[in-house]
Amino acid sequence: MPMQFWIIQSLNSLALGGLLFLLASGFSLIFGLMRIANLTHGAFFMLGAYFGATALRSFDWIDLWVAAIGSGLALAVIGGFLERFVLRKLGNNPQGQVLVTLGMSFIISDACLVIWGGDPIPIPTPHALQAPTFLFGFAFPTYRLVLVGCAIAVAIALYLLLERTRLGAMIRAGVDDMQMTRAIGIPISRLFTVVFCLGAGVAGMGGVLGGPILSAYPGLDADMLPLALIVVILGGVGSLVGAFLGSFIIGFTYTFGSALFPDLAYVILFLPMIIIIAFRPQGLFGRRAS
Amino acid sequence: MNKIWFWVPIVAGFFALLPFVAGDFYVNLGSQMMIAAIFALSLNLLVGYGGLTSLGHAAFLGVAAYLSAWFTTRAGFGHGTAALLSIIGTTMCAALFGLIALRASGLGFLMITLALSQVLWGLAYRWVSVTNGDNGMAGLTRPMPFGISIESAASFYWFALIVTVAAFVLITVFVSSAFGVSLKGTRDQSRRMAALGFNVWMIRWITFIYAGFWGGIAGLIYVYYNKYIHPTSLSITSSAEGLLGVIAGGSGTLVGPIVGSVLVTFLKNYASSYIDRWNMLLGFVFMFIVIVMPDGIVPGIRRLAGRLKEPRK
Amino acid sequence: MTAQNDIYALEIVRLNKSFVGLPVTQDVSMTVRPGERRLLLGPNGAGKTTLFNQITGEILPNSGQIKLFGQDVTKLKPHQRAHLGLSRTYQIITLFQNDTLQHNVAFGLLGLMPARWNFFRPMSQHILVEARRVLGLVGLEHLADRPISEIAYGEKRRVEIAMALAQKPKVLLLDEPLAGLSSAERNTIKKLIADIPRETSLVMIEHDMDTALDLAETITLLHYGKVIIDGMRDAVIADERAREVYLGH
Repeated sequence: MPMQFWIIQSLNSLALGGLLFLLASGFSLIFGLMRIANLTHGAFFMLGAYFGATALRSFDWIDLWVAAIGSGLALAVIGGFLERFVLRKLGNNPQGQVLVTLGMSFIISDACLVIWGGDPIPIPTPHALQAPTFLFGFAFPTYRLVLVGCAIAVAIALYLLLERTRLGAMIRAGVDDMQMTRAIGIPISRLFTVVFCLGAGVAGMGGVLGGPILSAYPGLDADMLPLALIVVILGGVGSLVGAFLGSFIIGFTYTFGSALFPDLAYVILFLPMIIIIAFRPQGLFGRRAS
Repeated sequence: MNKIWFWVPIVAGFFALLPFVAGDFYVNLGSQMMIAAIFALSLNLLVGYGGLTSLGHAAFLGVAAYLSAWFTTRAGFGHGTAALLSIIGTTMCAALFGLIALRASGLGFLMITLALSQVLWGLAYRWVSVTNGDNGMAGLTRPMPFGISIESAASFYWFALIVTVAAFVLITVFVSSAFGVSLKGTRDQSRRMAALGFNVWMIRWITFIYAGFWGGIAGLIYVYYNKYIHPTSLSITSSAEGLLGVIAGGSGTLVGPIVGSVLVTFLKNYASSYIDRWNMLLGFVFMFIVIVMPDGIVPGIRRLAGRLKEPRK
Repeated sequence: MTAQNDIYALEIVRLNKSFVGLPVTQDVSMTVRPGERRLLLGPNGAGKTTLFNQITGEILPNSGQIKLFGQDVTKLKPHQRAHLGLSRTYQIITLFQNDTLQHNVAFGLLGLMPARWNFFRPMSQHILVEARRVLGLVGLEHLADRPISEIAYGEKRRVEIAMALAQKPKVLLLDEPLAGLSSAERNTIKKLIADIPRETSLVMIEHDMDTALDLAETITLLHYGKVIIDGMRDAVIADERAREVYLGH
């Protein structure tokens, strides 16, 4: 295999890893804080992609970045509604909550099919980023480099939010010990909504940012959700670092698996998951439930 | 308990009359209901009796169906051998998945089962050389059990009915046994069960394998019925339909999953013949059931009947 | 003493356990002779229940050893230890809410019988008969067919004990068997415990001194996960340190 292959595939892995992080970080935070396995998360990602594609088609003045932020905000609002008006009602029934998010994901993905049809809608790469970047004598697709940068920026932003702000301190406290957090008077209810909006928003933004590579198509949710699940199982629920590392492990495994053994890429995904579950059922950075 | 054994032949006999009074369309619908019922009965072992909500049970339906298709068309085996090998293969797959998924319980278990089945779903799509990918595997045949053809709608229906009755009886025996009682114990108080001397993990694993076995049987009947298999049979929608059948009918009850699957199958056919928006409807029904009647139909009716009886005392 | 008597029913050797850096069991050693009645004392958070959980195997220690009748069980699973004659009750009622009392106690019997692996036949009649007999021992035979959810709290406490007694354990750990009971109910349970045959060694956590001290022969006092004093009842009661930590206030 030529050097170019390895380098390009590595970059592709990083790009996929970045996208997975945008999806999995929110899923992981929601699960860690609220004990909800939000199966609508893949649908949020897809809905974000469709919103972005539609906005880019309809308005000339919108560029990819504006579309990404707009989609993120729209998904945050949708997520907030789902949390406040549906999930809230099933407060102490975790199984019911999962099933409701599953039902919601069916509704959203079928609604997307009705509205946007069965054909993929491309999301164009911004003009400025279409030309390849030359580094050390190799040509790199510029957008993918930028995408990795975006994912890292989001990761840093989330990290700072969690570690350096009052809100973050409250979220961390909630993940650590819900009862204690409630006891010292932190408004858990509002915290739940905030985290759910945040998770949904980041997923929606991820859908748009992934658009130039993946485009928006029916089934995008079903393609992405299992990858995100595996990332979270691997990294450990509720851990941002775990989601980050897990995303890139899966990004590499899946990309190189697809390139080298196209038929069996999905089976290769098994491997890191099985190894981790066998030796550390709580995931790389997860804490064992007491 | 004895009441059930009294009713089984009567109800089965009643169902056996369907082909005499209804056209092929309804008889075929009946066959689909039987397949869904076997599938839901097997899933109920985990969800209802084990307290282990699996979102990946379609994996076993799909694996058995694909194995049978592959053994009969590619490997050139006869139906008998193919069926045996498919069920053995599926049961072994369940044993492996159980080893992985039962490292966790609760939501972790749910996520791992979902991830595992999605991996198989992706495999069915991508491993084109074996599964024929998105085109699915067509041109399959039905077996001739004991030399009897099950090509006609009615004969297949009776075949499916016999298997369903067998599944119901054997699953009922299983959950009523001392082992089944222990299984329910692990669902309600797993810590205490361990302290009392029960090997909770082993109980769950055996149940997982048994559920996988019956999921495989459902898959065989499914592929015989359709004479075709496509990756969507492994999809999360397929798992979710089974789960909806269990929950709508009443998880942890003996007949609930049958009632639920009859309803889901009916709804699915009705929806696809009129509005073609099955997934959306499935989503709404899911949310409705979970929010409005989380216990399911059978316990709901039982409670209602109890309330009617109560005032007489 | 014969060689046989040298074997302790329960022996704990230098046990250590910490949760996220917080030590909850520190270098705990303790021995229980066959038939002994030992009381485990200590203020809240002293690590008593955590010690129980390590003895039963629900929590694994970081280091140290646990032996039942000389056999090292440190690495064994909870169900394996149950089969060696270890049984326990819970401070927080841990019963099968929707099942009958008879059924609850039957679980205790079934757990130690090979019949629990029978996939074809329901629980045999003689298990149910025996369960009823054990319920009779705690005075609840008349409620045998009622579900747990319908009986009173004090009665649930007695079912907790019945479940353990059904197993005829060699070592029985009682975790606050009197918690939340009225004084009349306490006397009932006290008598129940006093009547447990000497084939069973007892280790009991209990805060109700009046009752607990009557039942105990030996006392281990824990404080912040450490053994402060260990000895015969009267000696421990008289000890200055015990007064400081626990009895004094």
